[in-house]
Amino acid sequence: MRSTTTKSAYFQGIKAALPFIVVVTPFAMLFGVVATEAGLPLTQVMAFSALVVAGASQFTALQFMSENAPVIVVLASALAVNLRMAMYSASLTPHLGKAPGWQRVLAAYFNVDQAFLLSHTEFERAPEASVPEKMAYYFGTVTPIVPLWYLFTFVGAVIGEAIPAEYGLDFIVPITFLAMIVPALRTLAHVVAALTSILLALLLVSVPFNLGLLIAAVAAMMVGAEVERRMS
Amino acid sequence: MSYSNLEIWGIIVALGIGTFLIRYSFLGLVGDREIPAWLLRHLRYTPAAILPGLVAPLVLWPEATGGVPDPSRLAAAFATVAVAYMTKGTVRAIAAGALTLYGMQYLLG
Repeated sequence: MRSTTTKSAYFQGIKAALPFIVVVTPFAMLFGVVATEAGLPLTQVMAFSALVVAGASQFTALQFMSENAPVIVVLASALAVNLRMAMYSASLTPHLGKAPGWQRVLAAYFNVDQAFLLSHTEFERAPEASVPEKMAYYFGTVTPIVPLWYLFTFVGAVIGEAIPAEYGLDFIVPITFLAMIVPALRTLAHVVAALTSILLALLLVSVPFNLGLLIAAVAAMMVGAEVERRMS
Repeated sequence: MSYSNLEIWGIIVALGIGTFLIRYSFLGLVGDREIPAWLLRHLRYTPAAILPGLVAPLVLWPEATGGVPDPSRLAAAFATVAVAYMTKGTVRAIAAGALTLYGMQYLLG
């Protein structure tokens, strides 16, 4: 029975992630185009997408590289963009921490925003699912997304034709994140946490290295947890 | 770009390793050890605490318009949130946001 339920969890994960193909594809292509135009050869463009697997930080690194910033500044800025993933890692741990070590290594490598969000939402909805089921769901969400991230980085790098800014592709990512987070705001505590996050992130927007967002996020988590504690 | 080939490889590999270690941090090192209830209560709010703050400046001050608020992007964000709130459907909300963005851009020329 176990194998049937993990298999169906895997397919549920795939199904949940399918719509995000339309988001990942142009974003990956854009990276391939921009990185090639910045002067990187195909092997390095592909190495970026295969080793880092994190769009926002890849664009950040490219931007600082095209300004010829010191290597340490390139790394610090791009890694700061990814620090939110430490929080993703922490909030997956109660659900996936009991899985075998090699699975946790793979899960960490593939921890992109969409996989995290879809999985975390599902794990909160059905916390009683077994660890193998949860892991299968997680890898299901990864399956339609990450291979396309590699593939369309390649397509963008080879085609190398810039996508005009008036297509508004930059805005596909914010729209996706909004569409994913709003249905997940199930309680008053979630809503208050989200509002805190918005307010503080806007106030702290000029804090360097994107650290304003992390301060806002930690404060918003504390507010959410406190509201939950008082209401229970 | 004025880096040597070796420096560029260094950046890519270091960024790859650093990103992996960030992603592995808790999942790898805490593993199956018990997490205290107060911390679990905080972690439940991770998506709600990060994504709205990540998106808010992009909506209000988009880089593509040089940081100037843009009616089509504001309307698209509003439509996305409204449809996501009313229908709980992520795909429908993305479609509503994209249609609003392109519709507004078409109307405003």
